[in-house]
Amino acid sequence: MQPHPSQEPLIFELSRPGRGAYAQFPPPPAVSPAIPAHLRRMDAPLWPAVSELQAVRHFTRLSQLNFSIDTHFYPLGSCTMKYNPKACNTYAMLPELIGRHPLAPESHSQGYLACMYELQDMLKDITGMQGVSLTPMAGAQGEFAGVAMIRSYHRARGDLARTEVIVPEAAHGTNPATATMCGCSVKEIPCDANGDVEIDALRAAVGPNTAGIMLTNPSTLGVFERKIGEVARIVHDAGGLLYYDGANLNAILGKVRPGDMGFDVIHMNLHKTFSTPHGGGGPGSGAVGVGERLLPFLPIPIVGRDGDRYRWLSERDLPQSIGRLSGFMGNAGVNLRAYIYMRMLGREGMVRVAEFATLNANYLMKRLLAAGFDAAYPSRRASHEFIITLKRQHRDYQVSAMDVAKRLLDYGFHAPTTYFPLLVPECLLIEPTETEAKEDLDRFCEAMIAILREMIHEPEKLTSAPLTMPVRRLDDVRAAKQLDLAWNPAASA
Amino acid sequence: MSDIPSELQYTKSHEWVRSLPGNRVEVGITDHAQAALGDLVFVEVPEAGRRLTAGAACAVVESVKAASDIYSPVNGTVVESNAALASSPELVNQAPYAGGWLIRIEIDSGGAAPQLLDAAEYARLLADEAQ
Amino acid sequence: MPFIPHTPDDVAEMLAVIGAQRIEDLFDEIPSALKSKALSRVPAALSEMEVGRLMSERAARDGRPLNFMGAGAYEHHIPAPVWAIATRGEFYSAYTPYQAEASQGTLQVIYEYQSMMCALTGMEVSNASLYDGASALAEACLTAVRANRASNSRRVLVPRTVNPTYLQVVQTIAGNQNIRFESVDYDRQSGRTLVDALRRYDGEDLTALVVQQPNFFGVLEEVDELVDWARANNVLLIGVVNPIALGVLKAPGQWGSRVDGKQGADIVCGEGQPLGVPLSSGGPYFGFMTTRMQYVRQMPGRIVGRTLDAVGNPGFTLTLQAREQHIRRAKANSNICTNQGLTVTAATIYMTLLGADGLARVAEASAARTQELVTALTKIPGVRATFSGQRFHEAVLTLDRPVAPLLAALAERGIFGGVDLGQRFPELGNALLVCATETKTDADIAQYARALAELQSVPRAARGAA
Repeated sequence: MQPHPSQEPLIFELSRPGRGAYAQFPPPPAVSPAIPAHLRRMDAPLWPAVSELQAVRHFTRLSQLNFSIDTHFYPLGSCTMKYNPKACNTYAMLPELIGRHPLAPESHSQGYLACMYELQDMLKDITGMQGVSLTPMAGAQGEFAGVAMIRSYHRARGDLARTEVIVPEAAHGTNPATATMCGCSVKEIPCDANGDVEIDALRAAVGPNTAGIMLTNPSTLGVFERKIGEVARIVHDAGGLLYYDGANLNAILGKVRPGDMGFDVIHMNLHKTFSTPHGGGGPGSGAVGVGERLLPFLPIPIVGRDGDRYRWLSERDLPQSIGRLSGFMGNAGVNLRAYIYMRMLGREGMVRVAEFATLNANYLMKRLLAAGFDAAYPSRRASHEFIITLKRQHRDYQVSAMDVAKRLLDYGFHAPTTYFPLLVPECLLIEPTETEAKEDLDRFCEAMIAILREMIHEPEKLTSAPLTMPVRRLDDVRAAKQLDLAWNPAASA
Repeated sequence: MSDIPSELQYTKSHEWVRSLPGNRVEVGITDHAQAALGDLVFVEVPEAGRRLTAGAACAVVESVKAASDIYSPVNGTVVESNAALASSPELVNQAPYAGGWLIRIEIDSGGAAPQLLDAAEYARLLADEAQ
Repeated sequence: MPFIPHTPDDVAEMLAVIGAQRIEDLFDEIPSALKSKALSRVPAALSEMEVGRLMSERAARDGRPLNFMGAGAYEHHIPAPVWAIATRGEFYSAYTPYQAEASQGTLQVIYEYQSMMCALTGMEVSNASLYDGASALAEACLTAVRANRASNSRRVLVPRTVNPTYLQVVQTIAGNQNIRFESVDYDRQSGRTLVDALRRYDGEDLTALVVQQPNFFGVLEEVDELVDWARANNVLLIGVVNPIALGVLKAPGQWGSRVDGKQGADIVCGEGQPLGVPLSSGGPYFGFMTTRMQYVRQMPGRIVGRTLDAVGNPGFTLTLQAREQHIRRAKANSNICTNQGLTVTAATIYMTLLGADGLARVAEASAARTQELVTALTKIPGVRATFSGQRFHEAVLTLDRPVAPLLAALAERGIFGGVDLGQRFPELGNALLVCATETKTDADIAQYARALAELQSVPRAARGAA
């Protein structure tokens, strides 16, 4: 990537009255529609007027300002930045599939429905669940569906007191936010020094008000929750259900099934584990899987099969469903890309994912420890990711995890996740994924070693990093205090 | 070392309380709290006349990295909130015990005295949290 | 092994560094009782060539019938540069722009998107997108409940002319938060929500009123009087709008009279799919939300702001993140994390290519095509326009016989004739929602009219049971 010394102007600044990408204008209608004056638009919206080349050049140049998996090693913990195969996009965009209206009759949708049915089936197999719905449009919506199903389950049994959701302290922020959106209260429990959930705290927290517990395994601390069997027993005995946050599924794909661990409901992040594109912030897909108990409550629609005909299952088929989460059937195109990816991996490929993701993470962790970094849980196996804490370096050299992250950009690497989980001070959560070659991991280590040296001898290189990116470190205090959230032509006059 | 004026009282949630004449108190956040939050970008304070309940959230202070609730230390009614914070939230960082005050409250008469910490107890609380 | 680069030498070297004998040892912390057996329902791997063949066969099975369906997803021409650029690896495989200095491309695109959505809807601030139009309406209702300090009732009025699936989604998402949704019926003759239907709520404590424009029937609502009623009753107005229609229709920011310096809808949302996003079986699309600056902290989702860097150059970053789940956790405005970045990127490119004039042209052409379609079809005996109200680019037709068998017969002839409204609106009898956009030609419309005329020419008695 070339560093750009000059800024790319706003598209509005390139605009000139009379310019336009005229090839894109449909022919004018023979008769203009008769819209009453009081309902008509009074002034044209202040949109740019540019030529087609100007538009193409502007957005192409903007793309070149980004780091991406296609251009950079991107070890963002908990995000699973693995290679997004081009074939998934090519085949998902075949004209018949890309042009299909969501309400197209079933008679003319058997090809598409077959893909979705098989995807549901493969996800059941992988997770050890009895039913799958592909409708949630992101992990957070999947979480919402999961907690809503748990609530519906208890209500259907007449147990209206169960409105408390237990969440480990180290949980991803969407977990407690979701519980609140479902009208539940949140009870946080601590983990012990080894990163496992504190069993005594859990025992004290469960009771007749417990709707369930939300857990990730491996946890957000990057380690496998070894007492998961006991956790499941305690929560089930107290009458609650177990929800699995599938963000870290890449670590156990084909090795362990959440259904076998005792979970009643799981959401998967197809945009993580199943390699659909991250797109600069979505679209994702948060498919949910359930055990027997929650089958009646799955969000609709789901693809069903009668003999060799596929059809939609909706309100009539699942009268106790929690309902619809989207205008149609979720992020269908994302689901299609996940399907294509899974067909290319096949059953052997699925197992390899967890093996090599874990191999890469453990190798990287060992090399960084040898170089002088501190792991949060040095005596534990890394799962598909691990945490480095810079607490010591912060104390000794006054450099922070943020500074290291910004300096890594100068070395041509996207930074790992910083400051998550909140429990570990000055942390970097590092997830290489299985698609990275050994030499790229080695280069990352070399960069980290160089940065460690800079910490001691030239700390200002870190505290003022990044130095070589299109912009220097951005003032986010100013961004929040002096809100500039849209181009305002009056202001730039 | 964070500043803990000895003449003030404190809460476990890092608010300070200053007694004012006429059964009133002034409330703000401590030096420790403002340092932990970082540069404040926005402060939301209750309007005069609003009824407050001890222990209930009554205001929000927002920095780039956090948005924290402020809990009322007493049962009472808001007399005045610091209007300068609308345009200058950084006053809370610069002068947390003076220009950065948040709310002035008239305490309900006849209620039990609020459970507050003195400066030494608050200092101990901070020392324990740092472990 | 597809996508995995490790050679046996790599593996051996790495295991040596780790100090393990085999890869399987790295899983030794997992209780052996939990280790799963082989996957039985995942087929063996396919090469790219084989999966390409499979997908082509499945696609061919479904084909590409002529599409006259709308009902919330609209077929418009998508300029070639839109997805050529949006699928560039730098956009396609980038993550959420948390490291702003490495994401200026994505961040500037979103800032430009926010600016264009504000301009289009006539509002002051936009977020970076929500999942789709339906969930955006749910979030808008939750935002209205947070923002409307004058109301405690948490009651939201939803006219029946609002997309009925949207209401279902709103109930699923917002239903657990103690919010009551009340229905307002429509005028059978015009197909509109009449302000008289709201009079019974005069003086009551209501939090918000939802108005969809054009409404689900394709009919134009009298938005000015509905907004004026809402303002007079301290009810926040949520406008659900079609972005293409705003090329010719009044922006929600200008709805109603100016009262005490205030005008227009309070929160605007809708489905962004018509802006350069393909139909793709219902998703991924994106939901947009714009509002007044005074409500910016109540809005869910990401927002990009412009700021300066350490040496005074302009740059872009995510801002107001303290409202979001990763910081506020249980007290966040919403649990939304991932949004719809790639479709927003496509939409921004689309809006730039069309410009204001191009958008108006697409809107006019679509409305004109629908008018031509209605004219052609209503010439056929047994087919009439249901509503008298002014329409945009959809219309409801009443037929003299059941819609479902007609649609099935049309599908066999390679035409998706529209959407059957019978289930959702039984009071309309045999009702069909049809849509024609700028993509339909004279020949397309003639083809539909011919096929329908043929089917209608069969006397009803001869068709057996109705």
